Parts: sequence; C-alpha cells; structure tokens
Amino acid sequence: MAVVEVRELVKHYDGGRVHAIDGVDLSAGDGEYLVLLGPSGCGKTTLLRTLAGLEVPTSGDVLIGGRVVTRLPPRARKIAMVFQSYALYPHKTVFANIIFPLRAQGVPPEERHRKVRWAAELLDIGPLLGRKPRQLSGGERQRVALARALVREPQVFLLDEPLSNLDAKLRASARDELKRFQAEIGTTTIYVTHDQVEAMGLGDRIVVLAAGKVRQVGPPVEVYDDPADTFVATFIGSPPMNLVTREGRLVGFRPEHLLPVEDVRSPDRVSVPLAVDRIEYLSGDRHVYGVASRIGEETRVVARLPATVDTPIAAGETHDFAVDARRLRFFDAETGLRAEPVRLEG
Amino acid sequence: MATRLADRAGLLAWLFLLPSVLYIVALVAVPFALAIAFALSDVSAGDPSYDYVGGRNFERVFDDPVFWRSLGNTFVFTGISMVLIVVLGKVLANILVADFRGKWLVRFLVLLPWTTPVALSSISWLWLLDSIYSPIDWVLRFFGFLGPGENLYWLGQPGLAMTSVIAVHVWRLTPLAAVIMMAGLVAIPRDIEEQAMVDGAGYWRRMFEIKIPLVLPVAAVAALFGAVFTFTDMAVVRVLTRGGPNDATQVLASWAFYRGIEGGDVGQGAAIALFLFPLLLAAAIAILRVVRRIEVW
Repeated sequence: MAVVEVRELVKHYDGGRVHAIDGVDLSAGDGEYLVLLGPSGCGKTTLLRTLAGLEVPTSGDVLIGGRVVTRLPPRARKIAMVFQSYALYPHKTVFANIIFPLRAQGVPPEERHRKVRWAAELLDIGPLLGRKPRQLSGGERQRVALARALVREPQVFLLDEPLSNLDAKLRASARDELKRFQAEIGTTTIYVTHDQVEAMGLGDRIVVLAAGKVRQVGPPVEVYDDPADTFVATFIGSPPMNLVTREGRLVGFRPEHLLPVEDVRSPDRVSVPLAVDRIEYLSGDRHVYGVASRIGEETRVVARLPATVDTPIAAGETHDFAVDARRLRFFDAETGLRAEPVRLEG
Repeated sequence: MATRLADRAGLLAWLFLLPSVLYIVALVAVPFALAIAFALSDVSAGDPSYDYVGGRNFERVFDDPVFWRSLGNTFVFTGISMVLIVVLGKVLANILVADFRGKWLVRFLVLLPWTTPVALSSISWLWLLDSIYSPIDWVLRFFGFLGPGENLYWLGQPGLAMTSVIAVHVWRLTPLAAVIMMAGLVAIPRDIEEQAMVDGAGYWRRMFEIKIPLVLPVAAVAALFGAVFTFTDMAVVRVLTRGGPNDATQVLASWAFYRGIEGGDVGQGAAIALFLFPLLLAAAIAILRVVRRIEVW
C-alpha cells in the first residue's frame, strides 16, 4: 500500500516564471526508504516541503495514508520532519525539545514522559536530556532531532539533507545509524539529498530529479546500471558514465567497465584504443584519462582500474582498452533518452 | 623600510577612538561633572557666582513634596510606558515582518510617530486633547458616551492627564521598539518556526513557546531603550501639561527643568536632575543582567 503518494504535482513560483516542480507522480510504499536525489535547484526540497505541508502546490494532490492532505496544515498530516539544520529549539533543553510535539498534540502527561524515555533510550541520548542544544555535538543534535521526530509516531519521516551539516568522518557513521534506525522503526521515510553516495547507500529506491521533473525511479542498482537518460547516467557515478557519439546515438559505459583489453574476459567485447594523457591514483584505484577512438567519435573518457588490475600504463602512450559489450548503454543523441542497443563490431 | 603610520595598530586605535572620546568627554563627562558641582552650590540665574553649600540643595529637595510626587510620577510614567511599549512593539513588529499587499504603506504609517519631531507631534496631540474642542470628545459624544456639552478635560484632570501623557509617549516610542523587535523576529531561523509547525504547534503555541522566548533578549534591549527614553523625557510633559494639573504629571526631568531653568535655581535643578543618574544606572545594569541570564543560544 502506498503510504505517501503525489499525483501530477506542480509548484510554480513568481507567477509561473519558476517551475520548481513540474508534474511529478510518485508513491512510497509502507516502510520504504525513498531517496529524492538531484542537483541543487532540482525541486527536491520543494517536493519534500509540499509533502510536509509547508508549501501549497499550484496543482496536483498529495496523499498520505490514502487521504488527500493537499490543503491540510502540517500538523494534520501525521508526518515528522527533520530539517537540514536540525532546527532544535535553542532555548529548550533536549527533553523539552523532544516532548514539544507531544504537548502540541495534547498527549496526556504520563504518556508523554513514557514516549520521551522510549525515544531517548532508542537513540541513546538519555544522559543528554538536561542539556541545551548548543552544548551538543553535530551527531548528538541529529539524534535529538530524530528522537523529536520519532515520538510523534508519524506515518512518514521526511528528512531534508540531515547529514550535510556533519563533517565527512561523522557523516559515514551517521548515515549508517540512520539506516539502522529506519530498519528498526520500519517507518516510511522520504529522504532528500544531493549526495549520490548517501542516495545509493540509504535508498530502497532512488528518485532522480532534474529541473522539477522525475528522470528515473528505481532501486540503486537499476538507476546506476540502467540509467533512463544521459542526465541520470552522468549525474550518478563518480567519475560519471562516459558518453561517446556514434551515428546519431550516444554510447555510454561506466569508467570501471573500460579496462585494458587483457582484463576483459568476455568474448563479446568492443575494443577501445585509449590515448592516455593523465593518471590519478585514488584510494587504490587508478583513474586513467585519455581520448578514446574507434568506438565512436574521438572523445575524452575516463577508465577506473581497480587495484587488482596491475597492467602497466603510462601517460603519453596509446593502450588497447575494451568494454564488455553487455555493459554498453545507448542513448538518443538528440533527446538523451535510452535507445535500442545496437551491435558494435570490434 | 621605515614603519608607516598605517602599520602602528596601537597608535591608530587611539587616533580613531579620539573623536568619540572627545565627544563623550565634552558632551557627557563635563556636563555630568558640572551638574555635580552645581548641585553642591548656590548658583542661580540671579547670582551666578559659585559658593559651595554642601548638601543644602539636597536637604531642600527632600523637604519638597513636589519632588517626591515627581519621583513617584516618574516611576509610574516609566513603568506603565515600558510595559505598553514592549507589548505594542511586539505586536507592531509582527505587522512589520508580515508579508501582505500594501505592506509598504502600513510600514510607513507604523514608523511615522517615531520620525515626526516630538515637539510637532506633541502639539498636534495637544489639539486632539483640547479641553473644549477635543476631537476625541466629539467622537465620544457622537456615540453617546458623553452628554451634549460635556467634556472629559483630558489634560485637566490628574488621572486623565497622566493617561494622556503616557498614551502620547507610548504612541511615539512604540515604533522604535517595533523596529528593534522586528530585527529579533527576523533573526529567528525559518527552520525553527517551520519545525514548530510540523511538530503540530498552532499559532499561539508557536508565539508563546518559540517566538517570544527567542525574541526576549532583543525585547529586553527594546525595554532598556524605552525605559531610558521615558525616564529622561520631558518633551511630552512640557508640551501637553507643563507638569500640571497640580503637578499630577510632573516628572523628575520636567521638575528639574522648571526649578533650575525657569525658576532660576540652578543648584536645586542640578540636584534634582542628579537623581536620574542612579536610577538609570540601576535600570541599565538590571536589564543587561537579564539579557545575559537568558542567553538563548
């Protein structure tokens, strides 16, 4: 059953000059972890705010738990939201922060205290209850914000880039914590991020957005391996998918599939001579930059060689690379959309 | 290479501070010292020669019932004005930050009382509160609250006169408090307010549990300004009632003026005016301590 659903959602600003959301249809199932991924300005935060009831859509509908809530204020929606800044109330203690939504809902006092203790225990913040937000570290703030969202026992969690305020080291552990937390609670979660690593790591499904439109929806593997268009192909993956023009089409292949010819075991391979001009060593991998020929028009591409490939390659020489033909993806050169595969010789 | 003046930070600091130091010495420290000196002398308009008389001026001031009355009035005037200024300032601040059609006109009108010179605006209030031709009385008469030919004599009755003085003063100072508190309201992150909405809080809960506590330090600053401006103000009193009727609206500042300047007894005027100082000092310290104790962030 779809817990959250949006139908033909449109949000215009400035009298229609800015199309923040341009006709989006989506649904998130019970207990699903849905990640909205896109570059800044793609409309992902506006979409989340519309789900929360902080924005009223220009047209279209939002359904939560099967009920149309488009015109309802946030408090009538059974949602909990965690903002990028965590938005803890600075003048209230951690305890008062967590209990605030319960008081606002008019939950009886004993019930409130029981729920706060439960949330504090679950997130391991019991010793922090008497502190003020300014006395907490970034990771502690996140947990307090989650506890405050949790006590409402919402139908949906809406998370707006909750990791972007943390430093890189903390981010990895906080990401892991978020995932385990959601698995334990089992509440439908909609998570906004511009970071593809977070999206791939957290999402059951990823919604790739650009310019207010949905480009692709699917599990991380599908979005990565079978991008719906060149935008998704180049937005996801680091380095992004290589695209080479050939006879009105674009031939795409991921950098990790462009390998020295002797390392491509498949008999069905397409050879790509690569004029190497630069090599980078990044965490054990070798990123080889160069100009690819034969597979299409000469184009600068990247190959990512795992540490297990030890073929000697030097800048300045042309080396024979190849791609497993099953790994090639084809796109229409004009629309950028996926096209029928063609057989390449080579 | 030789050091240039621009490299000598210590010297530059003194150089840049000098104008404000001179300003404070000339316009604050010197008059303050003069006030103390005059308060201990028998200098008067008729006999400007300086003779030290010790605490005699203070003894005479303490024996004067008008002084005690002025002191009490000053506290009433300041206390009531301060509360009204802060509360109304908060309400007006909400209007100033709100987004609606024609807001520029409303903002302009809100700020008008503060930007109008006090002498001018007080005179127009003098007409509005006129004993016989007061337009306020016309309105009251029209709605039947006053009988034909009846008048309230706004400035002629002790209670009403104080009410009028306070009302005009509040009308004048509220815009300033509103602008100060608007700065405080604007400084509240939007996330915090939206979080409260998502958390299920209605308008009044957001107002009293989130916005007001967060704006409190700024409100305290507005209150400090309000108190200082009210405590030392005599313009409204001077124009509207000249302290009357029967000294019912006499405040320390106006009484010092009438005694020292109009009455020519400079020594006594200075002694009365000195009473403003400890009270202002106490008010400033008290409010600054409140601000520090709240320490929101």
